[in-house]
Amino acid sequence: MFQKILIANRGEIALRVIRACRDMGVRAVAVYSDADQGSLHVRLADEAVFIGPALSRKSYLNMDALLEAARKSRADAVHPGYGFLAENPEFARACEDAGIAFIGPSPECMALAGNKAKARKHLMKKGIPVIPGSEGPVATVAHALDAAEDVGYPVILKASGGGGGKGMRIARDAKSLSEGFPVAAGEAKAAFDLPELYLEKYIEKPRHIEVQVLSDHFGNAVHLGERECSIQKRHQKLIEESPSPFVDAALREKMGDTALAVVRFLGYTNAGTVEFLVAPDGAFYFMEMNARIQVEHPVTEMTTGIDLVCRQIRIASGEALLLSQEKIRPHGWALECRINAEDPDDGFMPSPGTVEELVLPGGPGIRVDTHLYPGYTVPPFYDSLVCKVIAWGKDRPTAISRMRRALFEVHTKGIQNTVSFHETILTHPDFIQGRLHTRFLEML
Amino acid sequence: MAETYMVKSPLMGTFYRTPSPDEKPFVEHGQQVNASDVVCIIESMKVFTELRAGRPGVVKRILAENEELVMKNQDLMEIEIA
Repeated sequence: MFQKILIANRGEIALRVIRACRDMGVRAVAVYSDADQGSLHVRLADEAVFIGPALSRKSYLNMDALLEAARKSRADAVHPGYGFLAENPEFARACEDAGIAFIGPSPECMALAGNKAKARKHLMKKGIPVIPGSEGPVATVAHALDAAEDVGYPVILKASGGGGGKGMRIARDAKSLSEGFPVAAGEAKAAFDLPELYLEKYIEKPRHIEVQVLSDHFGNAVHLGERECSIQKRHQKLIEESPSPFVDAALREKMGDTALAVVRFLGYTNAGTVEFLVAPDGAFYFMEMNARIQVEHPVTEMTTGIDLVCRQIRIASGEALLLSQEKIRPHGWALECRINAEDPDDGFMPSPGTVEELVLPGGPGIRVDTHLYPGYTVPPFYDSLVCKVIAWGKDRPTAISRMRRALFEVHTKGIQNTVSFHETILTHPDFIQGRLHTRFLEML
Repeated sequence: MAETYMVKSPLMGTFYRTPSPDEKPFVEHGQQVNASDVVCIIESMKVFTELRAGRPGVVKRILAENEELVMKNQDLMEIEIA
């Protein structure tokens, strides 16, 4: 087991890793920028190393500063958290070259998982279902029309150079595809300096359902059930739950087996998440492999009783995963609400500032992961996630009811929070019925 | 004396005078602006908010530096109303 782990991150996830270290008797080293001197993760770590100015690229994205901090503190491992350098193969490689264990998959595996197109192609050849689409880019309208014929309408044109809706056009027939093609190409060129497009079958009202996996260095791998993350605003998840209200036992088994096959084909180790898009008819398609611990990992921890961050550390230190798939029986239902420092009554305007008052919820079935404390100043330099409220219940209605009870208790003064927005979603009949899909919030 | 209008920051964040690191500033001292012209960007928590002149006129004073951390309601630019 490691003696000392440096956490190359900040905020709530840094705190999460520190807690895992503490539970395992491992020393935790925090790193902090100018803006994070008073941060909770710094206070609660065993040691803290200053790494630079507030700007992310000068601190939390600064590989040299992080490696120097690891050397100085004599850490024998680095946990990258999520975001920042968590999926940067160069950083993983640099740690290894410096003789420091990287708590995550290998750099090669990370690189393969991180290249969406490459991973998709590799797995398609192995028979993993991916969204039907063009083999590669579609250079002309004629190519696009051919691909659409093969795949079947409706289809969606997407830009090879990037996402976020730019260069995307949905087409329901040949006419709209011919008309949309040049417009999409123009948009793609403007946004990514690359007019290249590819084509996929368009799935109406898809659900974002992902499977948590754990894999050790001895060929043992298990899945820990699925999470539904369809409640998203501009591709940012806001509410996640496990299990998914859509997935029945048969689908769970199929998706779980597919996720484990993906792990095998990619040679993946440590904790990861296999993301799928699920159509209303139950067909599911591989989207991408997230090679890191995810924000929403607590819902899986609540239903399985397995500490995922501790498992990450144990796998990285060379321990075998002594978990058998049969023994993993998720129990009950868990929901997570991501609370952001934003004003839901003012277009979700970011709300950095000093927390003057703070009340956090508790009681049966409630878990809170946050780095907030009264007097803490939420800096404007990083993302707006400040608190995760997780509720567990024996079934979905109980979990929802407990979440509502918990959200009712949350109070902040000095920063705005998005609790009222979550309350609106949780009382919506479609949410209560489990009728979720990725355009749910758009259609609210 | 001419009437002036102060563009203030609506939130705490990083003040940017340019649309992106390698581009020219939105406005320069003495430049004529329309009310709807973007004069600067405030970045907070990864979200970019464009601020507009608010009044037609001439940029009289620029009171913050590029990449400076500004507070909510901080004075950023003074417009001499035309």
